[in-house]
Amino acid sequence: MSNDDTSDLVAINLRDAPEDDDGAVMSAMPHGNALGMKLHWSKDGASKLSIPWDERFVGDPETGVLHGGMMTVLLDTACGSAIMSWPQKIRATATLDLRIDYMRPATKGKTVFARAECYRMTRSVGFARAVAYHTNTDDPIATATGTFIIERPKEDAK
Amino acid sequence: MSKSDALARREVERDAVLKALAEAVPYNGFLGVVFDRLGDELTARLPYREMLVGNPFLPAIHGGVTGAFLEITAITQLAWDRAWTIMEDGGEDADALFAGTFPPVPKTIDITIDYLRSGRPRETYARAHVQKVGRRVANLHVEAWQDTRERPIALLRGNFLMPH
Repeated sequence: MSNDDTSDLVAINLRDAPEDDDGAVMSAMPHGNALGMKLHWSKDGASKLSIPWDERFVGDPETGVLHGGMMTVLLDTACGSAIMSWPQKIRATATLDLRIDYMRPATKGKTVFARAECYRMTRSVGFARAVAYHTNTDDPIATATGTFIIERPKEDAK
Repeated sequence: MSKSDALARREVERDAVLKALAEAVPYNGFLGVVFDRLGDELTARLPYREMLVGNPFLPAIHGGVTGAFLEITAITQLAWDRAWTIMEDGGEDADALFAGTFPPVPKTIDITIDYLRSGRPRETYARAHVQKVGRRVANLHVEAWQDTRERPIALLRGNFLMPH
């Protein structure tokens, strides 16, 4: 699947991906398991995830396009994963708000990838953005911007 | 047919159209979203299931799922309003609707979701408020709550492209 990602990541200034890209289904999260949502990697405040196309996830039966709600789940999880991978330890995070812009429909039968990054971290709030795409982040299906409330380990939380 | 028979039949037709509208979208069934109707007023329901959980330690419903539920409520409200008008106007378009031919669904342009409280492992409800329907774009606000309506867990506002 790593060959699918030919992006040079111009659309939003995302960081370079690590070499190992295959990832694994997020089976510890019941909803991640239900979707077959994969975490390819998350590191230093950035992440890459994907969801497979499936008949059950379709929003428009005429075209077989995935439901917008699937993008919300993917982009929210990607942003949250980016936040959790911030270099200083984050104990937990929760979404405060999330804006999603839909650029074009996802293509029937194709896996949707998401790249996310936390571009600013404060004591209590992380700011993240993400893009959903098939092969290249320059041709986005949807983009997201979100703020996330941060819980730090007790010893840091002064 | 007596007048009361005709009224009863109309209610059955309305329920059938709403059910068919909601069930035409596979993703609605995947999440398990259902709609209750009082006259033309809709309330969306998302019965709790373990597969909706994002954080198994709390546990809490996945924020993305809550967002998806709000978006489904918005889109279904727009489709339903249109279906309602067609049914009230009667004629060929209404017959087509009863035969299962629906107008194209509105497309989401953008949404913003505010998360106010975490979604507990119980049934969630949502209701949409149409702020404006123009020729091309509709603007909606949607709120989701669990036990107490006065304590919403999430709010959505969004713009939707109306089909031609």
